[in-house]
Amino acid sequence: MAAESADLRRQLRRVERRRSLRAFLLVAPLVLFLLVVFVWPIGGLLWRSVDNSELQQVMPATAAGLLAWDGEGLPPEAVQASLVQELRAAVSNGVVGVVGRRLNYEDSGMRSLLNQTLRKLPTQEPASWQAALQAVSPRWADPATWQLLRRAAPATTDRYWLATLDRERNVTGDIVPLPDQERVYLSIFSRTLQIAGIVTLLCLLLGYPLAYLLATLPTGTGNLLLILVLLPFWTSLLVRTASWIVLLQSGGLLNQGLQGLGLISAPLELVFNRFGVIVSMTHILLPFMVLPLYSVMKGIPAHYQRAAISLGAHPFAAFWQVYVPQTMAGVGAGVILVFIMALGYYITPALLGGPADQMVSYYVAYYTNTTNNWGMAAALGSLLLVVTLLLYLVYQRLTQQPNPQRR
Amino acid sequence: MKLWKLRHAVLAGFAGLGLCANAQAVTVISFGGASGEAMQKAYYTPFAEKEGVAVTAGDYNGEFAKIRSMVETGNVSWDVVEVESPELVRGCTEGVFEPIDAEKIGLQDTVMESAVSDCGIGTFVWSTVMAYDSEKLAEGPQSWADFWDVDKFPGKRGLRKGAKYTLEFALMADGVAAADVYEVLGTPEGVDRAFSKLDALKANIQWWEAGAQPPQWLVAGDVVMSTAYNGRIAAAQAEGRKLAINWAGSIYDLDFWAIPKGSPNLDAALRFIQFASGAEPQAAYSSEIPYGPVNPEAITRLPEEKQQAMPTYEANLKEAIRMGTEFWVDHGEELEQRFTAWAAQ
Repeated sequence: MAAESADLRRQLRRVERRRSLRAFLLVAPLVLFLLVVFVWPIGGLLWRSVDNSELQQVMPATAAGLLAWDGEGLPPEAVQASLVQELRAAVSNGVVGVVGRRLNYEDSGMRSLLNQTLRKLPTQEPASWQAALQAVSPRWADPATWQLLRRAAPATTDRYWLATLDRERNVTGDIVPLPDQERVYLSIFSRTLQIAGIVTLLCLLLGYPLAYLLATLPTGTGNLLLILVLLPFWTSLLVRTASWIVLLQSGGLLNQGLQGLGLISAPLELVFNRFGVIVSMTHILLPFMVLPLYSVMKGIPAHYQRAAISLGAHPFAAFWQVYVPQTMAGVGAGVILVFIMALGYYITPALLGGPADQMVSYYVAYYTNTTNNWGMAAALGSLLLVVTLLLYLVYQRLTQQPNPQRR
Repeated sequence: MKLWKLRHAVLAGFAGLGLCANAQAVTVISFGGASGEAMQKAYYTPFAEKEGVAVTAGDYNGEFAKIRSMVETGNVSWDVVEVESPELVRGCTEGVFEPIDAEKIGLQDTVMESAVSDCGIGTFVWSTVMAYDSEKLAEGPQSWADFWDVDKFPGKRGLRKGAKYTLEFALMADGVAAADVYEVLGTPEGVDRAFSKLDALKANIQWWEAGAQPPQWLVAGDVVMSTAYNGRIAAAQAEGRKLAINWAGSIYDLDFWAIPKGSPNLDAALRFIQFASGAEPQAAYSSEIPYGPVNPEAITRLPEEKQQAMPTYEANLKEAIRMGTEFWVDHGEELEQRFTAWAAQ
């Protein structure tokens, strides 16, 4: 008896293993795709935000020498000599700009110091490179300059992550807040969350009644209205954004209409400010709220509400206590979709907002396109990713429905 | 007989393919808009016809970082780029642009002295000026102090988004003489002074990034006055809009043709630059849009009323200053960073 049951158990396990292997093979292509297209680039992004290999790649001997030096006074002659040699090699390889840019993040005079040094150093080997460097500029006699180089030498750095949190390391290595005029990112992040939150709320308030109407209308009319909701979806994003400019600008349709009706005497400022950003983002993200809500509402039979009313509930109470809880899955899906999309919005605030309305993605684009500061762009993007994941975890916790026990 | 004909046909076909493969193309990137259209008429089309080289035109807004990433990744798709002078100097020192020997391509004596540089050849002289709608403002602003005076001229102002061409005007509005602007801006107190002057106007500023925006906004009434590239305003004037330019305190500069290092069509790029610096094409370009030619012979070919609209015209040059190239090469990055942080607050 016992042998038979053990045998059966073994057979069962074998069958289950085969089943799970089959399931895994079916999912394997998708997993591979996700790894290549999703996990690897994001891993690269996270790596870029701490990557500090500029000096180690362009000037490896100097970087090693600086790290071996203890940081007191001036580094040994050998390190200073290798600095000159490797800088010159970098010029002939066309990569000196990389070093200049990286050092400029530490101190904005470094690039011009490097250029000046390269221009003025003697071509023949002098007795002492240290003396030659100091002859070009007194900054090379200042230990601070060399300590700055030493700070830029390690393979990884936390300066970009600290900068996104408005912090930096001072000369002694402690983390201190940045000076007032450079502190922007924490307020930019809070602004991004704020705008995304307001847009999500507005989308919910506008989208819920619309989805309810679409779900409860007879099929023909409902489908027609659904097409009207989807039509802007199929128009180019830039066209929709630009058309908001035409509608809302000082000489635009809305202002002209209001002035024509005599309701206002001077045109209202409706665009290139927060109002314009929120209105256009709500317009663009509304279908993302309406569609999940519609699909959930379509599946809710109408007789539950009728049953509640027949049992004596006020129609509004029936709606609120019977209907709405059943739509919560759709509300949750719509909210999370709209919120996460709104967090990453770039082009709409860039075109319709003022400089004080720009969201995080604008600065990621600025660092990528205008200053080539990959570290900052990656750090800002990574921080946005982390914030989004944290909010998603909170959302999961809040909307977790207890699963019935699976056998 | 048939096989012989077939063999010859195939060989001729391959020869034809070979010829096609040799036909060069060159990608020329400019700042687009009205200037790009004028270049299409004066440079791209005539060059393509004369040399048989296909010209692919494109535009950008001066993002030096784009060129730098191209060169750093070894993926250069732009052959000739129009750059502002600080970017030219920076690109040359960093090895982002190919060195151009003006003597070798015969341009040393053809163009103005200031248009010859180690890594670039000048294209035209342009100016950032103060523009306003003369229909809405009968008595226009006379100085940068007027630009900042919101009581005298209520309404929004357009300024270029960036530290360049903004900080200088702020100092001029604060009373600094045009000739001393870059000296004052070189001191930390001068920079603070410029930013606090900008703070005073901040609520009324609408920032533009593309050259086509200021005339658009002026005509639409979004802004009551704006800084703008003089050529774009002239293009709007040609369309019949009543926009006026105030040349006092304007900043003029040259734009340069540069070749990103590693461009696959170096030869065609040099030939394009040679062509675009000739007297005939230069005169054609400047008669389309009032940017000063760099070829002195071209200037003599232009009629008087076209010359009057140029930044290089005597009366316009009187109160203008040249852009501080070395200043912006040295201090550009830190000031742009400070500007971005300031604008975000």
